[in-house]
Amino acid sequence: MAGYVKSQIQTPRRSLRRSTDEPAWVRWALTALAMAFAGVFLFLPLANVFAQALSLGWQYYQESIAHPHTLAAIRLTLLIAAICVPLNCLFGLAAAWAIAKFEFRGKSLLTALIDLPFSVSPVVSGLMIVVLFGAQGFLGEWLRERGIQIVFSIPGMVLATVFVTFPFVARELIPLMQAAGSDQEQAALTLGASGWRTFWHVTLPSVKWGLLYGIILCNARAMGEFGAVSVVSSHIAGLTDTLPLRVEKLYNEYNAAGAFAVASLLALLALATLVIKTWLEWRVAREEQLAQQGPMLSAGDIAGNSVEK
Amino acid sequence: MGFTLFYLSLIVLLPIGALLWRVSELSWSDFWKEALSDRALAAYRLTFGASLSAAMINAVFGALLAWVLTRYEFPGRRLVDALVDFPFALPTAVAGLTLANLFAENGWLGRHLVPLGIQGAYTPLGVIIALTFVGLPFMVRTLQPVLSSMERDVEEAAASLGAGRWRTFTRVIAPMMLPPMITGFALAFARAIGEYGSIVFISGNLPYRTEIAPYLIVTRLEEYNYLGAMAMAVVLLGVSFVLLALVNTIERWAGRFQE
Repeated sequence: MAGYVKSQIQTPRRSLRRSTDEPAWVRWALTALAMAFAGVFLFLPLANVFAQALSLGWQYYQESIAHPHTLAAIRLTLLIAAICVPLNCLFGLAAAWAIAKFEFRGKSLLTALIDLPFSVSPVVSGLMIVVLFGAQGFLGEWLRERGIQIVFSIPGMVLATVFVTFPFVARELIPLMQAAGSDQEQAALTLGASGWRTFWHVTLPSVKWGLLYGIILCNARAMGEFGAVSVVSSHIAGLTDTLPLRVEKLYNEYNAAGAFAVASLLALLALATLVIKTWLEWRVAREEQLAQQGPMLSAGDIAGNSVEK
Repeated sequence: MGFTLFYLSLIVLLPIGALLWRVSELSWSDFWKEALSDRALAAYRLTFGASLSAAMINAVFGALLAWVLTRYEFPGRRLVDALVDFPFALPTAVAGLTLANLFAENGWLGRHLVPLGIQGAYTPLGVIIALTFVGLPFMVRTLQPVLSSMERDVEEAAASLGAGRWRTFTRVIAPMMLPPMITGFALAFARAIGEYGSIVFISGNLPYRTEIAPYLIVTRLEEYNYLGAMAMAVVLLGVSFVLLALVNTIERWAGRFQE
């Protein structure tokens, strides 16, 4: 009797569960179609970069990368990233701090303005720098009299990159800091910690993963930016060519294998960014899980230890 | 606080202000002559048309990819999931380079497609391909959180009330997917309009045929035609601001809808 009732209860439940799944053939067809799309638009472009880079052999690949102009491009790319990332990191912290911990008018406007560079075409961003600092620009005359060259040289390229990578850190930190609230800071301040100490020991640790996340995205964009930098650069090989500009130049010289060799460095950078990003997401997910399970586990340890073992 | 405002004005507001100020010195007729020349109009048409097509392709296949990645379990799922951000992390110049090579006559895909009459490289189709690649993460990443937080109860209720799977999908799941799809569409579209790096390599940049608006701006700049470049830049800027406002409105609307 009991068995009969049980099967009566279980049978509809099982069919109900199945009714929220698609038939197996639909599942397979959808998965196959999605994977075909991912294959064409994700796997093939990636694999192709390395295949083409090595198409003329390992020797040629090494020579392409060891070319003095390529090495100069690597140095310039690293230099630009080394200036832009800390600057925007500092700003991101300050902006997120101001938006999350204080109340003031025009807050939503400020948030919208921070996101602005994302919606501006890179070419237009570069053009703005030219308009502002160029020979015919607002500050052009003033700068020329003092012998300062910004447009068509490295300072202009740095400025354009700073503009383009401006929102990355801030937009990662703002939601995090807003969610964290300011209770902990207030507790620290009440206990006598200085503002600076509170920042280092309370605020920064609570957002460290988000900060790191923003930094690697900012860095990837700073090293890979093409449009904005291309408008502002004077395209002198070995002097004002970044890695992406070097790729373009080699391609226009019909040196496809060379262009792909340099491009493979940037593809490796993208892959490294993805690996760190995935690792960070995994870490954050695990920490959240631990934080949720924490109290339950300790309670379970007391009650359920003997039962489990 | 002060530092935030100072840095923001210095880096973002000052350049935008300078551009708008310079353009405002132009007379209306000069502005329209430059902003809406025949060549510029052809470039806008390609830019907006290709961006729309790419966003639509992403609406279909990006949504499919997001669905498969959140709902099904299969080998390699995590790898594909991580790779979805690849177009976002890859410098655009590299994307254009490798896509142009893939679809060119002797490329891995072009080898099979060109004999069939599908010319991927150096055609408007190439522009659409590059923009689809660039926009893909926006659609998938906007949809994924919504799909994974969707409660199965509603679908179970629909099923227990006798709805078939297809009916449940069209009547229950699809309406919930619509707001994030519109957001993803707008984000991919906005990104596509300004895109430059990936297209330079794949489109061939023929005036009136495969020349996109950002490329024409660069050309004008190289001709020392600053007015022409600035006028077109303001048009693009205006379109992206409208799109940005639209995305914000949609998100607020969708948020209210969910509450």
